[in-house]
Amino acid sequence: MVGAACALYTARAGLDVILVDRGPVAGGTTGAGEGNILVSDKEPGPELDLALLSGRLWGELAREFGAAVEYEAKGGVVVASSPDGLAALERFAEEQRAAGVVAEPVADDALYDLEAHLAPGLPGGVHYPQDCQVMPALAAAHLARASGTRLFTGRTVTDVLRTPDGAVRGVRTDKGDIHTPAIVNAAGTWGGELAALAGVRLPVLPRRGFVLVTEPLPRLVRHKVYAADYVADVASDSAALQTSPVVEGTAAGPILIGASRERVGFDRTFSLPVVRALAAGATRLFPFLADVHAMRAYLGFRPYLPDHLPAIGPDPRVPGLYHACGHEGAGIGLATGTGHLIARALTAKTPDLDPTPFRPDRFAEEAV
Amino acid sequence: MTDLAVIGAGPAGLAAALAAAARGVRVAIVDSATEAGGQFYRQPASGLRSRRPQALHHQWRTWERLRDGLAGSGARFAVQFLTEHHVWSVERDSDGFTVHALLGPEQRESVAVRADAVLLATGGYERVLPFPGWTLPGVVTAGGAQAMLKGGLVVPGRTAVVAGTGPLLLPVATGLAAAGVEVAALVEAAGPKDLVRHGRALVGKLPEGAGYAARLLRHRVRLLSRHTVVRAHGDDRLTGVTVAALDTRGRVRPGTERYLPCDTLAVGHGMLPHTDLAETLGCRLDGLTVAVDDEQRTDVPGVWAAGESTGIGGAALALAEGHIAGRSIAARLRGSEPDPAQWASAAKARTRLRKSAAALDAAYPPPAHWSDQVTDDTLVCRCEEVTAGAVREAVDELGAGDVRTVKLLTRAGMGWCQGRVCGPAVAGLAGCELTPSRRPFARPVPLGVLARQHDMATEKGTS
Ligand SMILES: Cc1cc2nc3c(=O)[nH]c(=O)nc-3n(C[C@H](O)[C@H](O)[C@H](O)COP(=O)(O)OP(=O)(O)OC[C@H]3O[C@@H](n4cnc5c(N)ncnc54)[C@H](O)[C@@H]3O)c2cc1C
Ligand SMILES: Cc1cc2nc3c(=O)[nH]c(=O)nc-3n(C[C@H](O)[C@H](O)[C@H](O)COP(=O)(O)OP(=O)(O)OC[C@H]3O[C@@H](n4cnc5c(N)ncnc54)[C@H](O)[C@@H]3O)c2cc1C
Repeated sequence: MVGAACALYTARAGLDVILVDRGPVAGGTTGAGEGNILVSDKEPGPELDLALLSGRLWGELAREFGAAVEYEAKGGVVVASSPDGLAALERFAEEQRAAGVVAEPVADDALYDLEAHLAPGLPGGVHYPQDCQVMPALAAAHLARASGTRLFTGRTVTDVLRTPDGAVRGVRTDKGDIHTPAIVNAAGTWGGELAALAGVRLPVLPRRGFVLVTEPLPRLVRHKVYAADYVADVASDSAALQTSPVVEGTAAGPILIGASRERVGFDRTFSLPVVRALAAGATRLFPFLADVHAMRAYLGFRPYLPDHLPAIGPDPRVPGLYHACGHEGAGIGLATGTGHLIARALTAKTPDLDPTPFRPDRFAEEAV
Repeated sequence: MTDLAVIGAGPAGLAAALAAAARGVRVAIVDSATEAGGQFYRQPASGLRSRRPQALHHQWRTWERLRDGLAGSGARFAVQFLTEHHVWSVERDSDGFTVHALLGPEQRESVAVRADAVLLATGGYERVLPFPGWTLPGVVTAGGAQAMLKGGLVVPGRTAVVAGTGPLLLPVATGLAAAGVEVAALVEAAGPKDLVRHGRALVGKLPEGAGYAARLLRHRVRLLSRHTVVRAHGDDRLTGVTVAALDTRGRVRPGTERYLPCDTLAVGHGMLPHTDLAETLGCRLDGLTVAVDDEQRTDVPGVWAAGESTGIGGAALALAEGHIAGRSIAARLRGSEPDPAQWASAAKARTRLRKSAAALDAAYPPPAHWSDQVTDDTLVCRCEEVTAGAVREAVDELGAGDVRTVKLLTRAGMGWCQGRVCGPAVAGLAGCELTPSRRPFARPVPLGVLARQHDMATEKGTS
């Protein structure tokens, strides 16, 4: 997704771009996650700023791609399970409002106007009209196509070619060299490996997530609905399994239930306990789901960096090398803002947002 | 407590259960069907008691021997038959396996069968390749027609065409004819030379091979070899098909099209193994089949596999593999090294039958250019109503390169059947190889079932 967005924004900035992937389009984490474009789960700070910019850019792209990428400005509803939880959630929303987020408190009754099938007896929540969603694989494919760039799928980058003074002059692939003065590393969870080919360290690591998919249903869940603990899980630094439920309907009918978070490396083994926990959380929010069938489950590996912020921009250690990876559980949403920042950096223009917090060399001095 | 859970009550599962039970193993056989028998020994539904079921079955005596053996004579523990148990997952933990199965036709409640060892004998499913009109009522799979026959549901007096490729078409055609259906033609994509060249293998596999040819003649079933169905016709149901000759490279020969009126078309393009449960258990697959060693063991300790899930090869091969698996399991569960000499004759049969299965596979490939006939408006994925045109667009314009990305970009394979029907067609249209897709749930499972299991586990954990 991030590579496709970078291709679109850089091509539209007038550059001649080639998009290379060792797999097909959306064959990485983009084809193994969900497509929420969220502000609701982000605390004030650089990631929220990037999310607000990205949400605005997605809105612009939606005018062009709308239905093809299943864009839906559906809004999010975060639900508290206890009065204490509600108070904490409202404090959080207060801070987000100060940072420019639209966050409307919803008292108990109004909650059921927004989502009629929620479990009875919930104290209330917060409504986030800016939350929206796309279908990630379609979004990546359509953005890549619309960029008009040459797309080389099934081609693996095996080395980064450099001039004697260390600047980038191209990439070596298993199907020949490609000469270019600039490379954007949008290799997601494998971004660290690509950086290593250029001789620099970027500590991108995988954080596994499962998603449960139900049989197709008529629209019974209208927003993206999740429990307030989700925000804590997203921001958490823990390696242990976390499974706060996130429930959302899709344009195609199935309901998606996400998303677990755990650090187990690249372990692809299916885990029944994880999907059971997801099902338990989802049926607690929406009791009607108990009779609905899970059709399948899939897993993906979110690319994360130690401070949970992506690496975006030029790498001062290797002239011509740019990074756009490490977006963890928000790479679909943040792809547009990332594409914008990369295009501005490549054309030496001032971006709409200060990119300093995303500096790729910010981990350089840390001990390995 | 059960020592061995056998999943699938076809020839492989039954032979294994019999061999293991005879050696003191406590066996539970789990199958989704209402009665034991699998694909081959499929039983007429009890309500429709067929007077002479053996007329439809070859090797009826083998079946009787299996059935009577399992009914208890000799074994120390009676084999437990759990029918209408739809296995959705097999879970492995530190002290054995839990087989999770949904009960009955409703499939709302799940039960757990604990066992020390598991045999995967889940058989295969049919490969059907699409063509214009294939979704019309009246078009059925060859296996579906066979099941209707064996279930006593075939209505005589109809006109049928049997088409596709593979040795399974022969018994379907003669079976329909014997049941009083007029079979207008058996349309086989393989050429007569291929059939002759592999004739010995064919006879080896189906001892009745020669008999089938005679029976086709007797029932005046016309064999159109190196032919294919290019279109099925009808408004709201099938009224006829257009068939055409193929050239030696598998392309339709222009000008050879002709129309055959019929109200039933049974199509099949061979079988594919069921590998979902094995995949989720982490067993190594070899292409599209579950990989096993000489004892039918998978690479996951405690998990054996036999029958069509390890490769398509017919009922006799399934019996041989099941027998070997049952003996190996009996020895290993006792903690002793099995002696292969004890199953030497089954092993010999297995070697011979696998060889002829490979020859048959080579003789009956789907026509090389079948996808040329598939028009853009032909539905490929029926569950999600995805057309061939949409699949082609995903590949040609959106950068899809494999079945998984086509699925993501078009939804082909995301529906109720989870791509079991359309997978081969999508791979063919996309020009890529069919790879086993991951299906963590072998059957759709209610979220409430998963949620209750979570709550039970956490209660146990905190008490
Ligand atoms: C369960 C789950 C749920 C999620 N839900 C959401 C959500 O709701 N909203 C959201 O915004 N995000 C979500 N995410 C996160 C999101 O999926 C990722 O952040 C995003 O897909 C990352 O995109 P990417 O383009 O950086 O990486 P990828 O999509 O992984 O792309 C990287 C590409 O680089 C290619 N590549 C790697 N190495 C090489 C090489 N040497 N040569 C050539 N090509 C190479 C790979 O083949 C791959 O295609 C979720 C993730 C998971 C796992
Ligand atoms: C139309 C047709 C005609 C044939 N004609 C011949 C012939 O003439 N000669 C010949 O040798 N062979 C023939 N065969 C092939 C023969 O039927 C198979 O080779 C044989 O049945 C394979 O045995 P098996 O035990 O491996 O699997 P099967 O007989 O397929 O048994 C598998 C069993 O597993 C069960 N099962 C699968 N998944 C699950 C699950 N998740 N939960 C619970 N239960 C499950 C199924 O209900 C089934 O009962 C024919 C097949 C077909 C389709």
